[in-house]
Amino acid sequence: MYNAGKIIIGIIIFVGLVTFPFIFAGGKATAKPDPKIDTPEILKMPENERKCVESKSFMKKEHMQLLNDWRDWVVRDGNTIYTNAEGKTFNMSLQNTCMKCHSNKKKFCDECHNYTAVKPYCWDCHIAPKEKES
Amino acid sequence: MLEKAIYGGRRYWVWIFFLLGLISVGFLAYLYQFKSGLGITGMSRDVSWGLYIGQFTFLVGVAASGVMVVLPYYLHDYKKFGRLTILGEFLAIAAVIMCMLFIFVDLGQPLRVLNVILHPTPNSVMFYDMLVLSGYLMLNLLIGWTVLGAERKEVAPPKWVKPLIILSIVWAPSIHTVTAFLYAGIPGKHFWLTAILAARFLASAFAGGPALLIILALIVRKYTKFDPGKEAIQSLGKIVTYCMLINVFFLGLELFTAFYSQIPGHMHTFAYLYAGLHGHNQLVPIMWVSSILALIAIVLLVFPQIRKNENLLAVACLATFFSLWIDKGFGLVVGGFVPNSFEKITEYWPTLPEALIALAVWAIGFLVLTILYKIAVSIKEEVVFDKYGEKQIKAE
Amino acid sequence: MSINRREFLKMAGITTILGIGGVSAVQGVRNRVEASQASRAPEALTAKRWAMVVDMSKFKSEEDYQKCINACHLSHNVPHITDNPKHEIKWLWTETYEHAFPGNEDKYRAERFQHMPFLMLCNHCENPPCVRVCPTQATFKRKSDGIVMMDMHRCIGCRFCMAGCPYGARSFNYKDPRPYIDGSKENLEFPTRMKGVVEKCTLCYERLAKGLQPACVEVSNGALIFGDLEDPNSAVRKVLSERFTIRRKPELGTGTSVYYII
Ligand code: SF4
Repeated sequence: MYNAGKIIIGIIIFVGLVTFPFIFAGGKATAKPDPKIDTPEILKMPENERKCVESKSFMKKEHMQLLNDWRDWVVRDGNTIYTNAEGKTFNMSLQNTCMKCHSNKKKFCDECHNYTAVKPYCWDCHIAPKEKES
Repeated sequence: MLEKAIYGGRRYWVWIFFLLGLISVGFLAYLYQFKSGLGITGMSRDVSWGLYIGQFTFLVGVAASGVMVVLPYYLHDYKKFGRLTILGEFLAIAAVIMCMLFIFVDLGQPLRVLNVILHPTPNSVMFYDMLVLSGYLMLNLLIGWTVLGAERKEVAPPKWVKPLIILSIVWAPSIHTVTAFLYAGIPGKHFWLTAILAARFLASAFAGGPALLIILALIVRKYTKFDPGKEAIQSLGKIVTYCMLINVFFLGLELFTAFYSQIPGHMHTFAYLYAGLHGHNQLVPIMWVSSILALIAIVLLVFPQIRKNENLLAVACLATFFSLWIDKGFGLVVGGFVPNSFEKITEYWPTLPEALIALAVWAIGFLVLTILYKIAVSIKEEVVFDKYGEKQIKAE
Repeated sequence: MSINRREFLKMAGITTILGIGGVSAVQGVRNRVEASQASRAPEALTAKRWAMVVDMSKFKSEEDYQKCINACHLSHNVPHITDNPKHEIKWLWTETYEHAFPGNEDKYRAERFQHMPFLMLCNHCENPPCVRVCPTQATFKRKSDGIVMMDMHRCIGCRFCMAGCPYGARSFNYKDPRPYIDGSKENLEFPTRMKGVVEKCTLCYERLAKGLQPACVEVSNGALIFGDLEDPNSAVRKVLSERFTIRRKPELGTGTSVYYII
């Protein structure tokens, strides 16, 4: 083999770089995120009304898309009322609707966003609910 | 061909590392701007564009000016420019890259820059500017690279580049016209709202760009074995002369309209720039420096005997370049905002971080330019033209 | 057919790019909520083209102006930047006559008019140059009611609109505005802005949607008259047909929707 030495060193560096994150994290994975929906506002509601604007599975997968659409409809089209699949209506507002129930941004939003390392810029402008430092 | 850029003498590497040094300093300054916002610049609610956009405007002109060597060579078969075309095209590439970087560093939300493509807006001149600039970059990359590659192999360039070259010749004025339209279509800014703005832009571009090209060609000749050609440089000098005269003539037209009509709005900015207005005169000294440099340049350029002396030609070109750099790269943009919509005056002067960022963008431009020129020159040193500048022959 | 290594690499590059593009195009078509699910609130105030008349005769003291300005700036979390006037953010503010209407000065005009403060705001132009120049439609004219809106989510901060607006109605966030908002007076129902975006008066679109008049109009004691310019029976049309009014820089053809009674 030509240049065996160089190639082997190269391979070692490559393997080192690729595995660095795992070695660095010491093999432990960060704890699985566990978003909480037990805010006083939600607990106050009667059991059968404790529902988000759309189904839980839809919200889990598509909340970002829903928020994008809400944003455009409110800001760009001037429509503020959302009618969900069940015919219930909501005021489309992150600050005044979503976060009124989910007043626990840290345990609700940040929990998963931190885990998946997404940094939505919502809170650069929208005022997050005031939470007590825990 | 890129490999040519990694072999070079000591001087080459010192220069490269010097540029890299400037770039790193500017990059740190940019991180600071990215974190704290554009408040670290001298810009304000009233003067909302400054050094960055000024430099962008000036460099679009430099980019467009490549056409001044490409056009005579390809359309008029002016063979003397044969050795300069690649330098012109590569200068255009470096200039367009700088333009894009200057726009980028000027954005308040740089990470959203793709919104311009995501939400294309045909009524905004900025949209067309983006299109024509990136198109021009592509054209020059493609043409420059292909022609140079062919030259290296000592074969004729493929046929399909010819139409692209013609297209690039038409394209070049369009980039600067569209850039002028950014300004010339804005109601209420008297200084910019003038039909002659695009023409002024082109005149100054075709003076400033070739002036820079002459300087570069002289440097290339001094430090390498490649000679772009004495006559080519002289012809380029003629182009600088005429365009500089036209540019000053156009400025005169503006001054006449403003001051003979005596309409206050049309006079205010000129008064502010050249004499000061209501006690505000921060830009007066540099505007006069620009005017005096223009005068020196013209005196040196109009007399063919002086111009023939390459040292004096170099001085004239430097004077032209810096005169236009101040006038267009600064005065034109800042002046448009003074006085503001309320006829009040807020002055502008760049801050240190702002200047460092601008310097770094220039350094990036020069880095790109150096690498491209290094490649071109290395190839040209192998394959040169005969002494009539017409046929390619093998260097001894 | 044989291809050499160089061509192979070229092809590989092109297919990769196409592949990435293709995948994202397919992912773009997802199952999502429909625009038809959004509607206007029944109580919302609507108009074809909102307009405002500023009755200067009703502004008697500094306080009369300040009341309106505070109502606006507090309800929209407009930062109060005093440490550097170059970075000021203003939605509603005052300029004296000679600055509000440059080109109309007359040195023999009564002193009290020369220096009379006029309330300034975005004119919500019928033919807005700021909208024409915006490269992302971050600022746009709402078709439904003519409000010139700002989509803060989309603004890239190029400040072309600031150059384009002939009325100096726009402010840029040269720094993070939050430290300049008094936390105790913050309106928790309305967002703030972030650094690097342009902002201006939005004619209280959020209040109109709830059936409320703009904040400044509400506290003005009738000094600000608000209504539909295209409705002949509206409050604004009534004053316009009775009183002499002026607009700022009408010669520019922007069709401003803010009128002044002197
Ligand atoms: S006043 Fe200025 S910001 Fe407002 S709509 Fe007119 S041009 Fe646009």
